[in-house]
This record gives sequence, C-alpha cells and structure tokens, in this order.
Amino acid sequence: MALAKRIIPCLDVTAGRVVKGTNFVNLRDAGDPVEIARRYDEQGADEVTFLDITASSDQRDIILSIIEACASQVFIPLTVGGGVRVIGDVRRLLNAGADKVSINTTAVQNPDLVAEASAKVGSQCIVVAIDAKQVAPGEWAVFTHGGRNRTELDAVAWARRVQELGAGEILLTSMDRDGARSGFDLALTRAVSDAVDIPVIASGGVGNLQHLADGVTEGRADAVLAASIFHFGEFTVRQAKEYMRERGIEVRL
Amino acid sequence: MAAEGMIAVIDYGMGNLRSVWQAVVHVAEGREVCVTADPAVVAAAERVVFPGQGAMPDCMRELDARGLRPALLDAAHDKPFLGICIGLQMLFQHSEEGDVAGLGLFAGSVRRFPAAQMVDAAGVRLKVPHMGWNEVGQTVDGAGVAHPLWQGIPDGERFYFVHSYFVDPADRGIVAGTTDYGIPFTSAVARDNIFAVQCHPEKSAQAGLALLANFIHWSP
Repeated sequence: MALAKRIIPCLDVTAGRVVKGTNFVNLRDAGDPVEIARRYDEQGADEVTFLDITASSDQRDIILSIIEACASQVFIPLTVGGGVRVIGDVRRLLNAGADKVSINTTAVQNPDLVAEASAKVGSQCIVVAIDAKQVAPGEWAVFTHGGRNRTELDAVAWARRVQELGAGEILLTSMDRDGARSGFDLALTRAVSDAVDIPVIASGGVGNLQHLADGVTEGRADAVLAASIFHFGEFTVRQAKEYMRERGIEVRL
Repeated sequence: MAAEGMIAVIDYGMGNLRSVWQAVVHVAEGREVCVTADPAVVAAAERVVFPGQGAMPDCMRELDARGLRPALLDAAHDKPFLGICIGLQMLFQHSEEGDVAGLGLFAGSVRRFPAAQMVDAAGVRLKVPHMGWNEVGQTVDGAGVAHPLWQGIPDGERFYFVHSYFVDPADRGIVAGTTDYGIPFTSAVARDNIFAVQCHPEKSAQAGLALLANFIHWSP
C-alpha cells in the first residue's frame, strides 16, 4: 500500500477551446474543454489542470463557466491557472468549482499574494507554477509572463521560498522542454523535488510514456503533467498508467 | 416537516464547499441539498455532511463564531452524519495543529505525520502534505463484514487525500478504515450514526460517489 503517483492531463484553454502549442507559440485546436476533461476522468486521470492562456482580460470569465460545467460532471481534483492576479481571482475560481488555483507571474511580482491566499483558503488550494529555463549547467532561472520575461530568481531557491510562503504544491515547467517532446528536464525536476517538502508536479516535454515514468523515477516528481500526448489520441491516460505500473511505479488503476 | 429528506452541508466559512455540494447533489436523486450556516436548517435536516478545509484551529473558531456547535453536536447524536477531512479531525478531543480542542465526540487526538518516519519502502522521503490517491483498507467486524458505507466499494480502493494531520483514536473499536503513508493511520471512523473519513469522497471519482450514495441511503 502506498500513495499513487499522479498523472495529470493539462488543458491549455483560450476563447473556450483547448489548444496546444510548441514552446508557448503555434497553437493548435484540440477541442471542447469539458468534453476533454470528462474523457480524461473516464480514462482514470488523477486530476485535471486547466491553464487559461487567454491574453485579453475581457475573455477571462469564459474560464469560470468552463470550470462550473466541469465541476458538475467531473469528480476529481481540478486545478486552474492563468491570469490569477488578486485574491478575488482565487476566490472566483474556487467558487466556480476549482479545487486548486495555480499562481505564476503574480507570485513573482507579489509574493504576498501566495501568503495571503494560502492563509485565507488553505495551502492545499494554492499551487505555485514555476516556469524555469536552464541558464548554466545545474542552474535554472525563473521566467514570467508565459515565458517572455527572465527574472533574477533561481528556480530551486524560488521553490523553497514559495513553500515558506504557504504554497501547497509546485507545478514545475521546463521551458526548454515544453512542446519539444524530448522528455522532462530531469535534473531540474530532481533538484526542485529534493529541495522542498511539498509535492512537485513535473511538466514540459513529454513525448512518450517512458518520459512520464522517468519524471517519477529519476526526477522524483510526485505527479506528472502532460498535454499533447493525450489530446491527440496518441495515448490514453490508462495506457500511461499501465506503462508506469509495469515500471514498478504505484498508480491508481 | 418542510425539510424532510433534506441533506445539510455545514458551511462555517472554511474552504470551498462547492465540490462537496456538487458531488452530494449528483448522488442525491433529486433530494434537496443545502449548504448552510444556519443552526435551524441543520436541526431540520434529515442527514448532515460536515466537511472542512484548512487549519483546524481556524475551523473550530469559525464554527463557534457562527454558533453552530450545539446544532452540530445534536445532529451527531442522532442523524446520519458524515465527516470529511477536517470534519473528521474536529470530532476528536484535541489536535496538535495549533494545540486546539476539538468537539470531543471521540476520545483521542489529531497528530502530525512524524517527520522522522516519513520514508517509503525504498527509503525515499515522503512529502507532507499527504496529497493524492491512496488505498483505504476496510475494517471488518467479527463476522467479516465491513461498514455499510463501504458497500460496493472494493477493499483497498484508492481515494483522494490532502492532509498533514491524521486522527489517532483512543478506542480502536471505532476504526473503519486504515491507510499507510510512512506509518499506518486511521482514515475512517464509525460509531452508531456517525461515519467520518480523512479522504475527500467528493474528489474521489466513482469510489467517492459510491461512498456518498451509500451515505444518502444509510439507515444507521
């Protein structure tokens, strides 16, 4: 008996549709978010993450109706990120049915929001998303604004800091690998996972099932997140779990 | 009674109850499900769901700030009563979290996962909070029968957990389920009309919905 490693399909949502790009650009349409979330639930997904990549703020409310529809049909944890700037955004998403809210750029600009949000709604609801890019061997910088802006922050040190601020989980994305389908940045994943006590979700770069397993065994991630390998029907979540189980990884099947 | 058959989900301002409400509605077969902070509504309900998120000291304070303690204790005395997560922990005498007293319905305390023992079989460090899907072993009685709320759910089924503290009952006779995370801990308790779980059935897919449906139909 042991805790299962989680597989989390990620849905990038804009204008009410799921899309998938390469290195944060070149978006392709992948379908209706609620329908896709339901399919993943049926396949045995352990959670579903929605990232609202809508650029214009007047379309922000679309994500709320998607979450509402999803929460009434899908009874697994739902995480929502993208465009979370103030505590009111956190509350609106939770009230719509999200179980966790992921904070990225604003956590860097205003770390107090992480502390305030975790104090008000509980750290189990607060995920800090870290977009990291290698800048030297064994060294990764934190980027914000969907990967456009480099910060002064070191990814490992920032991970420790957000844990102190009250984050309940870290969603760690390698910008070097995102969309490249060459596997997670395992050194980055391992460095961050070993540095913190809270769970780490590995993200960015999954192109096959072995990559998922490697994220757990070598990266020591507590959960693995992937998008394109599931969206376009290449693999089901169940196939991913069966593969991981064959590799000796504890999964929910 | 106007509220006959109504199911009350207790709202004391802590965390997000929408998930609990949605899941109960999903299995309630059209019966009324109220999210309420009103002691009168709790008193009128046929059965009560007592959820909880966040830190137990805050939960206890908010519960009392709304004057819900007497209604809750009354409900726990004779109505079908389901505690979830902190709603399980609050039924005990004391919690290490903030060194706070609970409602005292069950003897025993709420303890934090002991850092020194948090390693898996391969020696890899286990993180706290315990977050994700873990197995619940069902306790059986002398005749080999598990509690009616486990009906139709396989022994060892996985449920979704998020917590850093667990309950340690003084009376092992109330243990209805156990889970391993570094150490074995009590993940469900039952006594008379009360059933309470550490996991989140509302987030535990089909197994969780089955547990909630069993609660809706339970006649203790």
